[in-house]
Amino acid sequence: MNGLQVVFLLAALVSLFSAVMVVSARRMMHAALWLVLTLMGVAVIFVTLQSSFFAVVQILVYVGAIAILIIFSVMLTRRVMEDHGDQILPGWRAAALVAVLVFAVLVGFLALWQGFTTLLVELPSDSDNLLELGKALVSPQGYVLPFELASVLLVAALIGATTIAVDRKEEQSR
Amino acid sequence: MDFLRDPIGFVIQWYVFWLGGLGLPAVWVELIAQLTGALVLATGAMLFVVFLIWYERKLIGRIQDRFGPNRVGPWGIFQPVADMLKIFTKEYITPIGADKITYNLAPILAVAAVLLLWSVLPLSVTVVGADLNVGLLFLIAVGGLGEMSYILAGWGSNNKYALLGAFRLVAQLISYEVPLVLSALVPVMLAGTLSVTGIVQAQEDVWFIVAAPAAALIFFIASLAEIGRSPFDLIEAESELVAGYNIEYSGLKFGMFFVAEFLHAFTVSLIFATVFLGGWRGPGAEQIPILGFVYLMLKTFVVYFVTILFRGTLPRFRIDQMMNLNWKVLTPLSLALIMAMAVVGGLTRGLPLFWQVLAYLLVNLLLLAVTDQLMRINQRKRARFNLAMEMGRGILTTSTKHGTGE
Repeated sequence: MNGLQVVFLLAALVSLFSAVMVVSARRMMHAALWLVLTLMGVAVIFVTLQSSFFAVVQILVYVGAIAILIIFSVMLTRRVMEDHGDQILPGWRAAALVAVLVFAVLVGFLALWQGFTTLLVELPSDSDNLLELGKALVSPQGYVLPFELASVLLVAALIGATTIAVDRKEEQSR
Repeated sequence: MDFLRDPIGFVIQWYVFWLGGLGLPAVWVELIAQLTGALVLATGAMLFVVFLIWYERKLIGRIQDRFGPNRVGPWGIFQPVADMLKIFTKEYITPIGADKITYNLAPILAVAAVLLLWSVLPLSVTVVGADLNVGLLFLIAVGGLGEMSYILAGWGSNNKYALLGAFRLVAQLISYEVPLVLSALVPVMLAGTLSVTGIVQAQEDVWFIVAAPAAALIFFIASLAEIGRSPFDLIEAESELVAGYNIEYSGLKFGMFFVAEFLHAFTVSLIFATVFLGGWRGPGAEQIPILGFVYLMLKTFVVYFVTILFRGTLPRFRIDQMMNLNWKVLTPLSLALIMAMAVVGGLTRGLPLFWQVLAYLLVNLLLLAVTDQLMRINQRKRARFNLAMEMGRGILTTSTKHGTGE
């Protein structure tokens, strides 16, 4: 076992443990903070896969923006979001059965997936994988259509949010 | 002779060689060498803050026609050391109802987030922590960890003023991250790489502040907001918030926030000098690496001096003014700038460097002038509106004063 595998195992354990804590923490704020730790663990896994761009984007988007927005909304509801009741539902056996079944099906399908056995394309050592990614995103043979569709979707979401949030002229006080 | 030209690189080489001589495997040698480097860099940066605090207090004192610290040591240079000793001996107070873990984690995270920034900045030709191919994105992503620490501090303290301060700070930081990232994209486009070392290398012939002054201006303003210095110091508006997110902290924990703030201010100047002012570039910096370090520090201190000058002279923005500046001026300007730079870059691809840079410069100046005109028109419109309101109020007062028979 080399150093990279140790790092991977540690990161995986930390993210799994904190993912469990996200759903079992008593206070919403703590759950949100555990979520941050989970996302950081995923970022470390991206690093061990030598995909530094995704690691940094993971931190920038998920930790820097999304987690902070979640924490914002949780902070505004400070006293409301504390749970003192029983953490186990009455029908937990049925739920556990469904969860195990779904998990088994997923594992079964993943075992059949050919991605595990495909040999990875070895990039030449002098090439920048970030450069390759950027070229693939905008080349017509690559992913330019999904890329443009995603940008249209994001712009639509942006305009929609602005339309909902904007003050109407007649409603303005002055 | 080699030692004189590049003392830091020489010591690093000697240290790695010495470690290799101990008979350790090569992986361990590299790991130990990098850990030592991180430790030395972090400690050096933290100790440097002692000097920064003195420098800033002295300068602010001069701006305000005072002496500044002048009792401990020559020119008061040991004043921060005395303050540090005082802060070490102070009592730790944890407020009732505080969330222990978040409350104690916040100051550590605040300092760590700033120190992480130093890991990708090239200090000279030979001395760079890690040459990431996504260096510039890393710098911005790590800023997000700093925001996290402020949230933890504000929420963990169980104090509504701290919470309000954290809200304001994070709202400000998230908003100003948008123009910061957009304006940082311009040097990335000019250099063709996200690596900080690559950006410095690309400024061999011309600094990016010449090719893209508008981007540099936006970046500077946005980074002023990111460090929460005046005129963006709404987070510690004493008259409204008492002190902001760190109100419940005492002793060394408060000191950590203090160190983080000063170090962040300096680090932001360092980033500006690296991205827009050519980093360690200067005459003879490649042959004599230590000169590069000196150039970098000189440039950084020029930027840092301007930051302090702003702090000493400008009054504080109101929160709506701050948001207006960000969303109505800086963000549209930086978006327009990116598009204009891309178009100009495409049109002038075959031309010699001089004409290319000239075209970039002209586009930048044009955009700045247009923005200025638009802001002026908007201001005049608002002034006319206010005048009308004023006159309306005048009529109202006269009529009530003199009765309807007037």
